[in-house]
Amino acid sequence: MSTATHAFRDNLTMLRRNLLHARRYPSLTLQLLLTPVILLLLFVYVFGNVMSAGINGGHADRAEYVAYLVPGILFLTMSMTSLGTAVSVATDMTEGIMARFRTMAISRASVLIGHVIGSVIQTLMALVLVLGIGLAIGFRPDATPVEWIAAAGLLALASLALTWIAVGIGLVSPNAEGASNLGTPLTMLPFLSSAFVPVHLMPGWFRWFAEYQPFSPTIETLRGLLLGSEIGTKNAVLAVAWCLGLTVVGYLWSKAKFNREPRR
Amino acid sequence: MKTDHELAIAATGLRKSYGDKTVLDGIDIQVPAGTIFSLLGPNGAGKTTAVNILSTLISADGGQARIAGHDLTAEAQAVRAAIGVTGQFSAVDGLITGEENMLLMADLHHLSKHEGRQVTAELLERFDLVEAAKKPASTYSGGMKRRLDIAMTLVGSPRIIFLDEPTTGLDPRSRHTMWQIIRELVSGGTTVFLTTQYLEEADQLADRIAVLNGGRLVAEGSAEELKRLVPGGHVRLRFSDPVAYEQAATALRETTRDDAALALQIPSDGTQRELRAILDWLDSAGIEADELSVHTPDLDDVFFALTGSPVPAQSTGSSDSADSADSADKETVR
Repeated sequence: MSTATHAFRDNLTMLRRNLLHARRYPSLTLQLLLTPVILLLLFVYVFGNVMSAGINGGHADRAEYVAYLVPGILFLTMSMTSLGTAVSVATDMTEGIMARFRTMAISRASVLIGHVIGSVIQTLMALVLVLGIGLAIGFRPDATPVEWIAAAGLLALASLALTWIAVGIGLVSPNAEGASNLGTPLTMLPFLSSAFVPVHLMPGWFRWFAEYQPFSPTIETLRGLLLGSEIGTKNAVLAVAWCLGLTVVGYLWSKAKFNREPRR
Repeated sequence: MKTDHELAIAATGLRKSYGDKTVLDGIDIQVPAGTIFSLLGPNGAGKTTAVNILSTLISADGGQARIAGHDLTAEAQAVRAAIGVTGQFSAVDGLITGEENMLLMADLHHLSKHEGRQVTAELLERFDLVEAAKKPASTYSGGMKRRLDIAMTLVGSPRIIFLDEPTTGLDPRSRHTMWQIIRELVSGGTTVFLTTQYLEEADQLADRIAVLNGGRLVAEGSAEELKRLVPGGHVRLRFSDPVAYEQAATALRETTRDDAALALQIPSDGTQRELRAILDWLDSAGIEADELSVHTPDLDDVFFALTGSPVPAQSTGSSDSADSADSADKETVR
């Protein structure tokens, strides 16, 4: 077998290892899923009237707010599962088996690629679950099949980007607690985006940040694809640019950190 | 001097520092294929660093090494393909079962599914892990984890195996099991590079022992050769008849008397030549002891004699540390 087929097989092996971990110990992922689900229910059933009235200039319409909120909650879900990735990478790096992997004639990148693909798969499963809850409480997208495919592609691309960043965070963290702390800003970003409230209703001094940070343009693009709202070239370009940019940065960062000599 | 291809490991001048702390201060190691080599030293001597460098885990600051004929830095992947490493801290995946750990190794060695299952079953059987095979490795005892660790190392049939303190923390029974495992490995032609802080272990297993202290090799040789480095070897003659004892004590000068035990000690380095000379001497003097035994200093004596300096040479950083490093310079035994 050539080097390339070896590398491919190593990636698959490492992916299987990570999925096995996830299947044996699903508690972390499930616990992280709790936050977006609770927030979804809280914001719809408890704050729903207030939020929609605020957005619609006084006219309360909870159903309309469900439609607004679900795409944002999907991205919150994604940021929470990436926190899980950061924690599991950090934990894995403290395991003795990492030294074994480093002294074996395998494709080194496979260790990280296994984590990334495994995490993206888990994230997509989590998104399906949360979307299902959204549909159950009244989320009614009007997307065409092509728009659904585009939406799925966008979610996959965004989760790839977030996962590579999370892997980097996991690699620079000394342990699981460190990764959890360092990854927290990642889970705060959706709150500072258009996930819960439209950017134009935010205070002026803050608006520029909310408008251009990675989550807002990506969430707006997803809203447009699922609900037919105006996406705008700016948001679409920003969304794809952020996703590709963060993927490349996260990949290069992770690779550099992983190839760094382990501490004695 | 062996040529390169007969040497499983050939390293010269390996150095490694962390900050201003020198961990390895230029060590040379030669291990012929199919033998057990033991790097013996106290905690902090640099044993693990040496293993980490030779097993491609970290890079050396200086020096060269060839492992299984491949250059350590230029052909790291080829080196990795030839070696197996069992580190000091168990390198098993605790979240999955023992069997899954083995199958993971089989996959990473690119064995076919059938081969992988076969090798896994064989090794689990050989290392007495069949019963525990379906349990998560994190639930294993220390000895079981170590056995699984070595079983995983053996999946790819490596030609050279590094074992970093394989018996540290094991109970005596597990330690003897581990020794048996290591002996079996070598009988199959594998080269073993072993680090240990136990003299008995090196004595029991190793063909050659190098004593590492403060980042330098302070002695190298077989266990017997090392023991001869320190004075104190002697031949002991024990008598049951007090009269014979007195006669012998008078006839033999240069002996130490042990009147209570009716025993005489004749200084000896324990070589065959000296032993024959002593026997000839006893014959000609007409002395017949009831019991004759040869005592060589044990490895403990050697170890403390060689590493007994109160402070490891390089850690003081003062001018007299250089002197002590020189005085502790390598004594080569041939």
